[in-house]
Amino acid sequence: MSDVDYEPPYLYPDYRSTELRAPKHEPVRLPDEWFHHALGPAFGRIPVRPEDADLTRQHRGEPLGERIIISGRVLDGDGRPVRNTLVEVWQANAAGRYVDPVDDHDAPLDPNFTGAGRALTDDTGLYRFVTVKPGAYPWRNHLNAWRPAHVHFSLFGPSLANRLVTQMYFPGDPLIPLDPILRSIPDPRGRELLIARLDLDTTVPEWALGYRWDIVLRGRRATPTEA
Amino acid sequence: MTEPTPSQTVGPFFGFALPFADDANATGVESRDATRVEGQVLDGAGEPVPDALVEASQGEQFARCRTDGEGAFHFTLRKPVVNDGAPCFEIVVFARGLLRHLRTRMYFPDEEIANRADRVLQLVEESRRHTLVAHQDADIVRFDIRLQGESETVFFAL
Repeated sequence: MSDVDYEPPYLYPDYRSTELRAPKHEPVRLPDEWFHHALGPAFGRIPVRPEDADLTRQHRGEPLGERIIISGRVLDGDGRPVRNTLVEVWQANAAGRYVDPVDDHDAPLDPNFTGAGRALTDDTGLYRFVTVKPGAYPWRNHLNAWRPAHVHFSLFGPSLANRLVTQMYFPGDPLIPLDPILRSIPDPRGRELLIARLDLDTTVPEWALGYRWDIVLRGRRATPTEA
Repeated sequence: MTEPTPSQTVGPFFGFALPFADDANATGVESRDATRVEGQVLDGAGEPVPDALVEASQGEQFARCRTDGEGAFHFTLRKPVVNDGAPCFEIVVFARGLLRHLRTRMYFPDEEIANRADRVLQLVEESRRHTLVAHQDADIVRFDIRLQGESETVFFAL
């Protein structure tokens, strides 16, 4: 089935930055043979240390905010786990401020929080990060534009066709229906795919709430094979 | 049940998170066939895009470069030897304002014959093919990426 309505368009005027950056020409469709040579690049030069998966332990002290665990599986289009693939995350701190020097939002930095993490998926395609829940923050897209709390994700997968950069949102956030970036996805069911769910199974009692979010990488369906 | 997860923009604040040590250089410039590519990402008004992330790959080689205040990026990869079609680098562009990444390819200026025979280049209208071919500028291979407008770069879909 077509998944076209699950992907945002390039031009989405409610998100003003798209106006001068969306190409006007239709993209040229690559031939099938492209996929035969599209093995993904080796991301092995990107350093991944065990401590990169725990964003609360990268400094001397613990960051302020609500400690959370975000975990889930990375799957291919046939629902099979994508093993040993790189997941990169980045986010604002609990006050809604990024460490990035480009961020000039008048909210405090936290000396104990950078907000960047990396991890590899395990043999079942599972990733897991410990972090704090990011805060909402204002942006200048329109009057009273506020981004819902979100965590940015970047994934590689085994094929060049799998590359994905996206954002994960939190359930029940009242800013979600107001956000042009999320609303750029035409079909509301597509937007739902970006919202994690609260998960008591991965919650660590008396320590941190668990959020569960599975990710399905794009790419042409492989020929079904008997496992 | 296994619909692909939709894309969202990389946003403006990835610069503290995605760069890594020596990220733009998949190989040393001294290595044989190393090609240093320099270029600029430009928007529909011809203005530099200072918050883009350009990723270039060729086979297993991978390079990543965040654009600077002038929209400039660079990377160094080894030029491949290919038997079929023309050698090229695969390029992916992310930026604030791009809800999905853009996929393009860089072909080499000194491969005119191979470029003419390349199956992917042949899919592109002849008048736009030049946007996929870099320019030689002394020791540097120059490849600009125009997101929109006159001489808009050709982008590819899967």
